[in-house]
Amino acid sequence: MIRVMLPQHLRTLAHVDGEVTLDIEGEVTQRSVLDAIEARYPVLRGTIRDHVTLRRRPFIRFFACEQDLSHEPPDAPLPEAVATGGEPFMIVGAIAGG
Amino acid sequence: MSKVRVLVGTRKGAFILESDGKREKWDVSGPHFTGWEIYHMKGSPADPNRIYASQTSGWFGQVIQRSNDGGRTWEAPGGGVTITPSGMPVGESNKFVYDTSAETGKPLTTHQWYDGTPHPWEFKRVWHLEPSLTDANTVYAGVEDAALFRSSDGGKSWQELSGLRGHGTGPSWHPGAGGMCLHTVLLDPSNSRRMYIAISAAGAFRTDDAGKTWKPINRGLKSEYIPDPDAEVGHCVHRIAMHRSRPNVLFMQKHWDVMRSDDAGDSWHEVSGNLPTDFGFVIDVHAHEPETIYVIPIKSDSEHFPPEGKLRVYRSRTGGNEWEALTKGLPQRDCYVNVLRDAMAVDSLDKCGVYFGTTGGQVYASADAGNNWAPIVRDLPGVLCVEVQTLP
Repeated sequence: MIRVMLPQHLRTLAHVDGEVTLDIEGEVTQRSVLDAIEARYPVLRGTIRDHVTLRRRPFIRFFACEQDLSHEPPDAPLPEAVATGGEPFMIVGAIAGG
Repeated sequence: MSKVRVLVGTRKGAFILESDGKREKWDVSGPHFTGWEIYHMKGSPADPNRIYASQTSGWFGQVIQRSNDGGRTWEAPGGGVTITPSGMPVGESNKFVYDTSAETGKPLTTHQWYDGTPHPWEFKRVWHLEPSLTDANTVYAGVEDAALFRSSDGGKSWQELSGLRGHGTGPSWHPGAGGMCLHTVLLDPSNSRRMYIAISAAGAFRTDDAGKTWKPINRGLKSEYIPDPDAEVGHCVHRIAMHRSRPNVLFMQKHWDVMRSDDAGDSWHEVSGNLPTDFGFVIDVHAHEPETIYVIPIKSDSEHFPPEGKLRVYRSRTGGNEWEALTKGLPQRDCYVNVLRDAMAVDSLDKCGVYFGTTGGQVYASADAGNNWAPIVRDLPGVLCVEVQTLP
């Protein structure tokens, strides 16, 4: 089981409170986590990554284990602590504006 | 007694204002979609309880919302999970993708950037939602970068009417200050195959075959800010309005100039007349008097507030050229708000109600065709759009 923190606006959109937990078969990567989130919450398709290119939207950041993973390849394994549920994978709206 | 429902989209959410036919006391609900920009909301003429809303964010992109109960509850169509026979969860929502298929689409060319250089087409947001006049599940979406989409399943899936973007002049379209947006969609109530749209800054276009083919309808427009002031496209049209009883007569608020066409857009002539400035964004037509039109003059370039700090609606009862200032109940000093292009609407009660919202968060209403005004609300976030439903 892995844990995902969504930004507040996306929690509202998906009608969830707090962390989302997901079971992922195979390797835990950005792509497999986002695939699982979008499968469970189709309303989030297009809000984190582009519908067609599947690239991260420009004002979205990915953090975990005190690291910025936003620019890691989408198929790179996420840290072990994320894959085992010890730490959450955090999807964060970038700071922009005051 | 009839009721009125006013749909207000703002920079930080949506609000729904309701009153009886007297239009004196108002109930305000909201904010809905708190924190999101609501570029447009509009109810279906075929089913007034069906309302569509464009919910958008620079962070999270585009979401389409739909209500089936007059705005009390909302859902993102297609946003729920459907399990396929194989057990795989699927769902599709919010997806606007330009049609580049060989069968029905057009290649994605470039359009012009502000400096005239080529710029790739990129979807950004839905500016305007126009529900079908006859089918609550059919709705059109005007988007940035300019294109027209249609949904026939209640907003769940969207297909581009690519004949517009690809009809030939697209590579010479360029953005206005707000982006290259398709902001106006007018459906001809007497001819289901005819539709008008307008783009900033490309101009007005018409289809006579339900969106398959399009042609520019900008003859008579003159814009000094483009190399050829009389060009076929490149004009910054801000808004077009029609009266449903006379769909061949169109009124346009352009970047500068208030214009009129009596031949379905084939030609235009200026009717700015005695307006204090012919710049502005909104234009609308009285519900029962097709020659009575309303504009709100705004000072430009770049100031974008009312001249002399006086918020005045101007009304013409002669289809243009002769205008009178309507000021009773509107601030006549120190007012520096703007009124954006989708932020004026009329109801169809007798007397006709007129409504508009400002970037300062006020929504003003007149229950007597503009003679007297009062704010319904005055401290909302900046208003992006106002639409009105007249309910039995």
